[in-house]
Amino acid sequence: MSLEASVRLTQGPLDLDMELAIGEDEVVALLGPNGAGKTTLLRAVAGLVPFNSGHVSLDGHVLEDAATGRYVPTERRPIGFVFQDYLLFPHLNVLDNVAFGLRSRGMSRGAATEKAVQWLDRVGLKSYAGAKPAELSGGQRQRVALARALAPDPRLLLLDEPLAALDVTTRADVRRDLKRHLASFQGIRLVVTHDPLEAVALADRLIVMEKGHLVQTGTPAEVTERPRSQYVADLVGVNLLRGEADHGSVRIPGGPVVATAGAESGEVFAMIHPRAVALHHTRPEGSPRNVWRGRASNIELMGNRVRVRIDAEVPLVAEVTPSAVKELDLVEGGEVWLSFKATDVGVYPA
Amino acid sequence: MRRERVPIVVLIPAAIGAAFFIVPLVGLIVRSPWHDAVAALTAPETVEALKLSLVASLSATAVGLILGVPLAWVYARAEFPGRDLLRALTTLPMVLPPVVGGIALLLAFGRRGLLGSWLDSTFGITLPFTTAGVVMAETFVAMPFLILTVEAGLRSMDRRYEEAARALGASRWRVFTRVTLPLIAPSLFAGAVLCWARALGEFGATITFAGNFPGVTQTMPLAVYLVLETNQEASFILSLVLLLISLVVLVGLRHRWLGSA
Repeated sequence: MSLEASVRLTQGPLDLDMELAIGEDEVVALLGPNGAGKTTLLRAVAGLVPFNSGHVSLDGHVLEDAATGRYVPTERRPIGFVFQDYLLFPHLNVLDNVAFGLRSRGMSRGAATEKAVQWLDRVGLKSYAGAKPAELSGGQRQRVALARALAPDPRLLLLDEPLAALDVTTRADVRRDLKRHLASFQGIRLVVTHDPLEAVALADRLIVMEKGHLVQTGTPAEVTERPRSQYVADLVGVNLLRGEADHGSVRIPGGPVVATAGAESGEVFAMIHPRAVALHHTRPEGSPRNVWRGRASNIELMGNRVRVRIDAEVPLVAEVTPSAVKELDLVEGGEVWLSFKATDVGVYPA
Repeated sequence: MRRERVPIVVLIPAAIGAAFFIVPLVGLIVRSPWHDAVAALTAPETVEALKLSLVASLSATAVGLILGVPLAWVYARAEFPGRDLLRALTTLPMVLPPVVGGIALLLAFGRRGLLGSWLDSTFGITLPFTTAGVVMAETFVAMPFLILTVEAGLRSMDRRYEEAARALGASRWRVFTRVTLPLIAPSLFAGAVLCWARALGEFGATITFAGNFPGVTQTMPLAVYLVLETNQEASFILSLVLLLISLVVLVGLRHRWLGSA
């Protein structure tokens, strides 16, 4: 039982080309920056966006196939969709919002009301049945939207930035509830988010996309330990370089040669944790094989650490203590030497 | 909260503008022969004309809703060549002299008209100079107000609610009746009120296409005009009645008419 989709389409500046294969034993998060095409892909799966070529099938049933022209309209797909700002019908009360999908699918008024009340009870909003969406808080709206999407027992649950509309204080609570509901849902679950924290918290597997294309997929641990794009590297907060490896060195195109400990060859990623990068006033003597000169371009306090961005042959971020910054007399624009050991460079095939 | 003071350059033309409307109405009130009011109002012709006016203008609004809302939907949602031209044609009566509209209706639906002769010979239906003709003339002139208002409402609504409804399994009809129509209710309401108001005051197209037969086609505006030629002062009273009805409706509906905004 699974969702399989392959979608290629062009929409304005977006050139989307993605494949998805999702089983029901996992919660999958589509992660990527704004404009990556995550929402468009989700909408295409729901049948709300036409695509040039590709297909969508659910549990072996073809919902859409550009080659044969088959198209099952959105309203006849067994989906539940939680939209970004929930889109609760403003003219209907909470109960009627939750019952809407049940009534649309032909359930009698009495049965639909009964089931909607059960769902409101499950999300803890039974006493708000008669309220209009405008009277609810953001977190409550999110729960109504979830109940509305789940009430008709969909096979596929699609969530578009389910927490983005919430303020930081309620987000953690709502995220915990959402995780619980996702866990108890029997079906395929796909969450779109641009927030890595949310993705890691909710999903068993991440699909990272950028500019309409797949960048990386894997468990949150796999993705964060071996980033394969600048986007993920920035999210995780590590330095990521890409170059040609040749037994103990990686040549960065248009940049330096990085000494490494491995024996890889070919196109590779070289990951350097900012904590592994040491800063010096003058050219350091000693064991580190990589010694570059540069200028501190940005100094930022992060908790009890200071992240210093250094414009060397390639820009690199170092993480040091505030006292080190003081001792080194570091100022933005000031000259500085950096070093890191070859053994601190993680190398893996690109 | 402090009230914002109206700048003098705005206040003066605004006051003149308001006076421009109010002074003629005051004139009507001042010059009306109040001692004859009861007699003029209870005259059978007046009652008949008033009844006909209400029936015809409400019918025109109903026809406008039944035909105009789908047309507005087509304008707002469908893409087809010639859409802008079609929209211009169907809103032409807003700028056309109503008499011209009446003549056009005669040429189309008159006994010898394009469709009229066929309707007459096939079904024995004659439209001109009947109450149905009054409704047609009023609809012709008033429906464009409804179409444009509803189209604007459809264009400005957040269509993602319709997608949300579809994702919940709603058929297109259910989406339209349960989501689209309720969401554009303010526009729908404003359009219907505008349409009704225009129909109630309709004169030129009605007298041209439907004539001026008491009890059949003589609406209040026509009655006012007729009485004006014989008994000027009585016409003032009739005018005032028309004015009061309109005023009551417009004031009563004002906050809804202006939408939920």
